[in-house]
Amino acid sequence: MKITVNVSALGRSRWYEYAVRFFFGGAITVCAGLIAHRYGPGVGGLFLAFPAIFPSSATLVAKHQKQKKERAGLQGEVRGRECAGLEAAGAALGSIALLIFAVLVWRLLPNHPAWLVLAGATMAWLASAVAIWRIRKAV
Amino acid sequence: MTVQIIIRFLIGGLVVSVFAVLGDVLKPKSFAGLFGAAPSVAIATLSLTVIANGKLYAAGEARSMIAGSAALLIYTWLTCQVLMRRRWNVLAVACFIIPVWFMAAFGIWRLFLVSPR
Repeated sequence: MKITVNVSALGRSRWYEYAVRFFFGGAITVCAGLIAHRYGPGVGGLFLAFPAIFPSSATLVAKHQKQKKERAGLQGEVRGRECAGLEAAGAALGSIALLIFAVLVWRLLPNHPAWLVLAGATMAWLASAVAIWRIRKAV
Repeated sequence: MTVQIIIRFLIGGLVVSVFAVLGDVLKPKSFAGLFGAAPSVAIATLSLTVIANGKLYAAGEARSMIAGSAALLIYTWLTCQVLMRRRWNVLAVACFIIPVWFMAAFGIWRLFLVSPR
């Protein structure tokens, strides 16, 4: 299956939909910091993988898909929910790559430059996420 | 402290938004979904933690993140299963399954990552 970039999809989102994700992203980053400050890095670190914006992202996917179908005169409720399910399936594969990101940062950060470890681990996340997705599609 | 919270909020919001926009423009949907588990909060938090508390402290957070990531895998898999099988509201499903993330994250962390005393 071919991966494509559809820039026109950006026009489907309203300003407040971007604002909601910005707010939840900022809020969970603040919360993770405060929790780590109060309970230590052990508990705080758990929240680095908290599904903070997943509910709003999945809802947006379902809403946009439903609107698209309805514009074409079709019933979009089921298709919207299926697209949100596919989004969740993709996120499940991405979370395996996120686990690899966490292991790399944990093992490499103490002895290497932080910027290099974070940049390298992010690249490793992307590469492993794409590889896992391709393997899943091929099976 | 207040300035630090504002900086955390702005950087976290920005990094999460960048990954969310990437997820918006990519097709097919299952591929775009990968960005629903992007290390956006981790990049923002760990960068600021290294500056504020040092690399060892940040590495400790990354170690616990392994449990959080495993919990995210359980959460997203379960959400997918429910959305594909039941005709329930997407937002309600995604929110009601969040307690599963908490149980899984703390359970895995307690079982495998907390050193016995």
